[in-house]
Parts: sequence; C-alpha cells; structure tokens
Amino acid sequence: MFEYAPAPESRSVVDIKPSYGLFINGEFVDPTDGGSFKSINPASEEVLAEVAEAGAGDVERAVAAAREAYDKVWGPMPGRDRAKYLFRIARIIQERSRELAVLESLDNGKPIKESRDVDLPLVAAHFFYYAGWADKLEHAGFGANPRPLGVAAQVIPWNFPLLMLAWKIAPALAAGNTVVLKPAETTPLTALLFAEICQQADLPAGVVNIVTGAGDTGRALVEHPGVDKVAFTGSTEVGRAIARSVAGTRKKLTLELGGKAANIVYDDAPIDQAVEGIVNGIFFNQGHVCCAGSRLLIQENVADRVLESLKRRMAQLRVGDPLDKNTDIGAINSAAQLARIKELSDAGSAEGAERWSPPCELPDRGFWFAPTIFTGVTQAHRIAREEIFGPVLSVLTFRTPAEAVEKANNTPYGLSAGIWTDKGSRILWTADRLRAGVVWANTFNKFDPTSPFGGYKESGYGREGGRHGLEGYLNV
Amino acid sequence: MSERVAVRKTYKLFIGGKFPRSESGRSYLVQDSNVPLASRKDARDAVLAARAAVKGWAGATAYNRGQILYRVAEMLEGRREQFVALGVPADEVDAAIDRWVWYAGWSDKLPQVYGGANPVAGPYFNLSSPEPTGVVAVVAPEQPALLGLVSVIAPAIVTGNTVVVAASPAQPLAAVTLAEVLATSDLPVGVVNILTGRISETAPTLAAHMDVNAIDLTGVADAELAADLEVKAAQNLKRVLRPAPADHDWTADPGVTRMTTLLETKTVWHPKGV
Repeated sequence: MFEYAPAPESRSVVDIKPSYGLFINGEFVDPTDGGSFKSINPASEEVLAEVAEAGAGDVERAVAAAREAYDKVWGPMPGRDRAKYLFRIARIIQERSRELAVLESLDNGKPIKESRDVDLPLVAAHFFYYAGWADKLEHAGFGANPRPLGVAAQVIPWNFPLLMLAWKIAPALAAGNTVVLKPAETTPLTALLFAEICQQADLPAGVVNIVTGAGDTGRALVEHPGVDKVAFTGSTEVGRAIARSVAGTRKKLTLELGGKAANIVYDDAPIDQAVEGIVNGIFFNQGHVCCAGSRLLIQENVADRVLESLKRRMAQLRVGDPLDKNTDIGAINSAAQLARIKELSDAGSAEGAERWSPPCELPDRGFWFAPTIFTGVTQAHRIAREEIFGPVLSVLTFRTPAEAVEKANNTPYGLSAGIWTDKGSRILWTADRLRAGVVWANTFNKFDPTSPFGGYKESGYGREGGRHGLEGYLNV
Repeated sequence: MSERVAVRKTYKLFIGGKFPRSESGRSYLVQDSNVPLASRKDARDAVLAARAAVKGWAGATAYNRGQILYRVAEMLEGRREQFVALGVPADEVDAAIDRWVWYAGWSDKLPQVYGGANPVAGPYFNLSSPEPTGVVAVVAPEQPALLGLVSVIAPAIVTGNTVVVAASPAQPLAAVTLAEVLATSDLPVGVVNILTGRISETAPTLAAHMDVNAIDLTGVADAELAADLEVKAAQNLKRVLRPAPADHDWTADPGVTRMTTLLETKTVWHPKGV
C-alpha cells in the first residue's frame, strides 16, 4: 500500500459544549430528574459531552409542547409557509455542513469522506425535497385533502444519525405534523446541533423537540398516549416490540428494520465494477448499514476470480482515524457493537467458515474491526442468517439464476439486494423475483430523497423518501 | 300430484378451490342451515392453499387479473336472485357487483398511480413498482353481508395477493355462496379461501401464522380481540389494516388505502452509461 501522509480534517470547525440539555418547546432545558450520560468518540474513547437523559416526565413535556405547536401554530400554518421553514433549514444545513460532518464523524466514528460527501449532502437534499411537498400535498395522490396526523414520535439509530433525523423530520414537518425525536444514545450530538439550527431558522417553538436518552426514553416516547404516529428505524427485535406496544391504538406505525441483503454476482458481470460494488456494499460506514450487501452470492464458475480480486482490493482499504480524509473504514460505533461483531465472527469460524482479513494495523484505543470475509459459508451458518452490522462479509456460491434467487430470498429480512450482470433481461428477471424493497443493479448503496426506501417481510413496513414517504405522515 | 321435495344445499368451506367440510367435523346452525365450524387446522390448511397460489396469481399479468375480477362480476350478476333469496337486499347485491367491476379496472392502473420513475440526482435509472405482499388474512365485516365481504376480498386480490377470509359468523351463507361464484370465475384455486365459524377460533391462528404476510382486521368488532390479534401479528411484522369504525359507509368510494396497505414498493436502480 502507498504511504500517505496524514490528512486530518480540523475539528476546530465544531464547538462541542461540555453538556447538553433536552430540546423542548424551542429551548434547551434540564431534565426533570437530572439524569445524564456521556457521548464518546468511538475512535479514541474520549468523552465528547455530557448529555441529558430524558425521563418519562420530560417525554411528557416534549409531547405536550409538540401537541400545542401542532394545534396552534404548525397545523394551521399554510403549506407554503411550512415549506419556507424547511427550505431555510436545508440551506442552513448546507451552510454549516462541514461543522456537521466533523461532528458526525467525531460522535459516530464514520470516515469524514463519507460524512462530508454522502451523509451531509443527502441530509440537505432531503429537507430541500420535502420542503417542496409542503404546499402540494393535495397533488400527492392521496386524495383531495390529505391531513397530517398530529404529533409524531420518532426513534432513530446511530449508524446515520443526522441522515436518519432528516428522513424522519423532513416528511413529518412537510405533511404538517410536529415531532418529538429521540436520537440514539451513542450519537446524540448532531441532533442537538440540528436543534440549534431549528432555533437559527426561527422554527416555531415545539414543532421539533429532541429528547436524548436510551431505550427507556424511547419506550416512554412511543408508548405515550398523546402521540399519533410512531416511526422507528433500528433492529427488528425492537421493531417487533414497538409493533406490539402500538397494537390496539390509533397510532400509525412505520418501521425500517434490519436486513441481510444478498449481493448476487453472475458470471458475466464486469468483475472490477462488481468488486467495487461488493466493497461499497459491505464496508461503507463500517458495515453499519441496514441495507448492507452482507451476503455475497457468486456464480460458482467465477468465484475464484471474484474472490482473488476482492482480496486484492480489500488490502488497499485504509482503516483508522475517521477524521483523516484518506480513511476508508472508521471506528466501530460502540464497545457493545464491537462485541456483537466479534461474537458473530467467532461463531462463523466455529461453525466452519473460513475467515480472511488483509494485514491491517488497528489503533490501540477506540473500537476497531478489520474488514473481514468468510468463505465456505452455508445458509445454515449464523453469519449467513443474522445481521452482523459490521465490516464482515459472508460469501456463498450458486450455479443457476434460480438458485441465486432462492438463496437470496431465504431470509426473514427483505430490505435490499444487489445484482451484477451485463445482461439486461437477467437483471429484470432477477429483480422481479427478489423480495426486497430496494434492488441495486450494477451499483450498490445508492440513496436519494426522491427514491422510496424500506423493506419487505421482517425488514419493516412503510417507505421513507419520495412521494411514498409522505404517506406515513398523512391520514390516508 | 305431490309437491316436489327440494334438494337442500350443504354449505361447506372453500379451501384450495375445493369445498371441504371442516376437518373437525363440527357445524353450527345459521338460517336453518348447518354451516361448518372451521378449526385451527382448517385455517392452517387454508394458508397452505393461499401460499401455493401466490406464485401464479402474483405472476399473472395485471390484464389477466383484471379480466378475472370482471368475470367474477359477470358470474355474480347471473346469481343475483340467489343472494336476494338469502336475504341480501337487491341494491346491496348490485353494489357488490359494481364493486368487483370497480376493482377489476384497478389491476393495471394502480402500478402507474402508485409507482413510477424517481428523478434521482445522478446518472441512474430509478423505478418504483408496487408488488403484492403475499398471503393476506382477512376478517370480514358482519354487515353488509355481501358488499362488506366483497369490499375486503377484491382490494386484496386485485394486486396479486391471495387471501384466507374468516367470514362473519352471523353471515356465512352469503360468504359460501360467493365462494361458488368465485369457483366458476376462472379464479385460480387457492387465491381466495373462505372459512366459516368462530372468529375467536380462526383469527388468532391466522394472526400468529408465520407464513401470513398481512392481516385485515376490518371485521373484528371486539376491540380487545383486535388488539390481541395485532400483537400476534407483530411476531413476523405483518402489515395490519385496523378494524373499520362501526359507522363505516360501505357504499362510499373505497379509495386506494385498502390496496396500498397490502402492497410492497420495490425500487430498482441501474446506472446509465455507455
């Protein structure tokens, strides 16, 4: 590998406060019971800030603030004015994008080149896209007079903290709802900076409320009788619990849950492009991606060639400081996630799959995992069935297109899939048969605010993005 | 001359295109007729039949599905008097026939209305299309007996789903008679399966069944049972249509939500280039 000089992005662009309160009714306030937790930099284990932990009383306050804002301000406001606030937020995000990107990489551990070039542009684009819907809802295809639902309770994960916030808040506000959002406990900081952006945009108080905390805070929020809508992105296990908790209520529910995507490489695929797609599919964002291409299905007659090329490419990946502009793979988000990745990888070895990682020096402090592939994986192996949510790829082979589809669909998940072939009719034949909400053909991990995203089966229900993304926030 | 002794009808279940009795051998009395009391095993058998029918029905062309739903309307028109004799008001039978016609027309239009090209910011072809979710369990409303039943079956199957319907316990005769209509309408076997009997017996089995993709609770009047069924449905994250309000107007324009809730959206990306 070439020796590169360090090229660190300066962290001086972002001013992290020593402590943060909850954002309720337009102001940062202390939690009622005074609880707090620390958010750390997973690349160094350095404490970044102390963050308030919202209890049931704080959730109550936040929901009440959202309700009042819905009844008195945001609900009655004409769509064109809601649109202007959202456009304003989109613009401020663009203006402060470097600050947000650095903070995202610090708090999450993802490489700056991803937070800077993928997350932040998509965040701004998402607000810009939904801003334009706010005064056109009657043309969205849901009837003549679609109405908002009221107060939306939103719980988001730690893998794309600000992007998931945008996916939740932008359509909710465009449709005329107000929100109470809980960011993940390991990555609350960009959501709190977003709260400052809401202030800077003069967004009316109570339209956006941010309550930080862990599972108990999230539970109090989604189970609050005063919310009309629950939107959750996270694990299938928690999604199931939420689906049970809203049973018998009027709350509308959308869930974006786990995945175990198949990435199918046919023997006529352009190998070099496919290898780039495989690498992007599983190592983008350290594999902390619900739609990651974590099961590679290679047609048997090209398996050796693809694997040889894949290993050569993996040896070029740079693992290390998330703020270094040359870094390809950053830090694992938390000690708990690292333990889970290690446990499943060990299970892969124990069950008889063959493990390989390129020579790779990992930093001493922080949470790190070398890019890893397992070959000789069978469908019965845990690493072929369970979501690892880390930079670990399970490789299987197939002989016929029918077998590829059979194996690809042999999972309770159905979020995404990949197809690599030069034959157009084979792409369409395969795409028709894959039970997955997003199918990337000769590409992978592409996202756009206009493009609906969401799963089949136990990957959840409802779509985020595009015209479809409005449906979850309207009474239709 | 003595009066002719009528040939009475034996009312049976409708599973996989056949009319079996309940495997439990039980029945209950409705409108002077013995009607099968479906068991949990009957419900599971019906799911098997519905699952087996998914591939062919979901894979049929939209044009073909539309023609078959229209054929159902034709067959129902021919049997108007049979439903009237069961006590279904004539104008309700007419509305039920018209509803099949309405949904028949949706088969090749919903994918255009509900899907389409997405203008992504990059050199990619990007297309979203709706697809059926798979097997749908349906609890039919008690009233109106025929129009309500048709209004929950047609939106589920027009897009390519297959259904297992728990008919209203108080109104099973219209349901079984509708099955006779469906059986003569070129509808592939297993696309619609109808169970008669107690909702409290069949619905929990369907709600908890891991090979059912969605559940329509429209006809569940008991709020506690509805909540329990929704909890069971969460185990494999079934798509859920919640109970209809008691004052729901079944003659109004049904809208598209009944169809779209039972659909998945698939979005396919491909790069553009030379």
